[in-house]
Amino acid sequence: MSRGVSSFLKYVSLIGAVIVVLLPLSVVLFASFKTREEYSTTGPLDLPQNWFNFDNFVTAAVQGDMLTGLINTSIVLVISLAGTIFIGTMAAYAVDRFAFRGRRLVVVLFLIATLIPSVTSQVATFQIISGLGLYNTKAALILLFMGTDIIAIYIFIQFMQSIPVSLDEAAMLDGANRWTIYWRVILPLLKPAIATVIIIKGIAIYNEFYLPFLYLQSESLISTALFRFKGPFGAQWELVAAATILVIVPTVIVFVFLQRWIYKGLVSGAVK
Amino acid sequence: MSVSTTGPDPMGISGPLHGVNSPDPARSGKGSRNSRNSRNSRNSRNGRRRGRPGSKRASKLTPYAFVAAAVGLLVLLTYLPAANMLWYSLNDWNGFGPVDDFVGFDNYIEVFTNPEIFSVFVVSLYYFVGAFLQMGVALYFATILSFTTRFSNFFRGVLFFPYLLNGVAVGFVFLYLFQPDGTLDTVLGWFGLADPPQWLGDASVANYSLAATSVWRFAGLNFILFLGAIQSIPSDLYEAAEIDGASRWQQFRFIILPGIQRIVGLSFILAVAGSLSVFEIPFIMTSGANGTATFVIQTLQTAFSFRQVGLASAMAIVLLVIVLVVTWVQRKVFPDEKVDLS
Repeated sequence: MSRGVSSFLKYVSLIGAVIVVLLPLSVVLFASFKTREEYSTTGPLDLPQNWFNFDNFVTAAVQGDMLTGLINTSIVLVISLAGTIFIGTMAAYAVDRFAFRGRRLVVVLFLIATLIPSVTSQVATFQIISGLGLYNTKAALILLFMGTDIIAIYIFIQFMQSIPVSLDEAAMLDGANRWTIYWRVILPLLKPAIATVIIIKGIAIYNEFYLPFLYLQSESLISTALFRFKGPFGAQWELVAAATILVIVPTVIVFVFLQRWIYKGLVSGAVK
Repeated sequence: MSVSTTGPDPMGISGPLHGVNSPDPARSGKGSRNSRNSRNSRNSRNGRRRGRPGSKRASKLTPYAFVAAAVGLLVLLTYLPAANMLWYSLNDWNGFGPVDDFVGFDNYIEVFTNPEIFSVFVVSLYYFVGAFLQMGVALYFATILSFTTRFSNFFRGVLFFPYLLNGVAVGFVFLYLFQPDGTLDTVLGWFGLADPPQWLGDASVANYSLAATSVWRFAGLNFILFLGAIQSIPSDLYEAAEIDGASRWQQFRFIILPGIQRIVGLSFILAVAGSLSVFEIPFIMTSGANGTATFVIQTLQTAFSFRQVGLASAMAIVLLVIVLVVTWVQRKVFPDEKVDLS
């Protein structure tokens, strides 16, 4: 009997949580399909008259620089991810498979670095980036995204420990050198870890706001393109809503298809 | 194998570890099941066995070649800025020209005595309390969804989803929700609440609204971490408890809670560090107006809008020290029983 009551309360609380999560998103979705006039005469919870009114999305994408933002984000994303994967797997290979002087120091340096809130150290990182002449270039962002990723290295090291050393040794007996072992044996075996890093890091880069806002003032990334809607389109909520939905849609698609990987990745990324 | 591994190693190639292991060739036979140390020295011995002259020096440098890029970027983008920041914080510097106006601890004195700067710490308290609510909510849902529940994948997905959203998008979604006569006011109207406050316009309410937005955004992360930890508890513990007639609450109290202690501890540091370094949501939604400026917003404005890089560096260092102290305390309270990477 009391199990029945607690089960009922359980589902009530779950449905309540679903409403709290989805309601704010739904009303923005509704607004994005409304015409200017319709928006001003209907309440936020009223459904749009025409679910195929894509005018707002087109206007937002074209006038709001969202397309350029998407292209720029993709460029930065692909290069940064490739860089992170090579740098991270190589470092993990060295740390896990070699005993070398300074190995402990390297691990400790990575550990301590996780404690520094990166948003505050931008005060000084900014001077370095502009000293390198990279201010207002995509290269600045790529360098920062590659350089600040410690979680990726942890995931790689963690996974590397589960790859038997006997594989390295067998390759070595066949005359492979260290580089060949890394490239032909280790890297292919790290695929699951690489997939995890691509997902987690990809989402992080896609969502990053402050770095593009600070370092790439003259070009749009997806976040900064959306942020610019605060200015000229500030009062046209149906356009802002459409732009917001445009930014959210890719996340929904990725999430629906890669749910399991994302959960796994986050758990292994945050705990270890 | 033993032929080439015995004998002194004149170059000291594999470092001190080699010296420990090499006089005992028998060890290397079962080495693959030994500790990493013996494993590594075995590797380097194998490397040496190839015996090309000159490859010794190369193999000594190999690991450094592999870590060079990662360590180089780490030093360039984390440690060098941190060291510079320390230096800037002792100078009165505007971000241009040479850093040569040494003022000692004046900037730090300013941080602690200027009420305009110090008072922003109070704003963190809203987020700090919010973080606790967030952990409580996440723990509740993680617990009930770890038992058999219909549609549990759907519920998990929905609860976790906000964490993946773009910060600017979340900011806009809630700007829309909090508008006067907007969604929230309409919903409250159904429940007879006729005169709602200005959620973002009223300085006495704005921080609650922003902290609530932050809870909405980040609860999913806590949820998924807790859920992962709960599911790693062996299920026969529950079965045994069930047979002994333990209630759900008792199962939670005596099995789940101790089982996930470590991740709760970790979430606690993330909560403290996170509430001190809140930035995106208030910056995007209110730009720090109406008393919603957080310490990070203040720091970045001091650096980039007011060009007081010295003072801003001191603020950043103060924040860094607080985060380090909190982490240290957390380590003391929840010691890490797992062997770490080193």
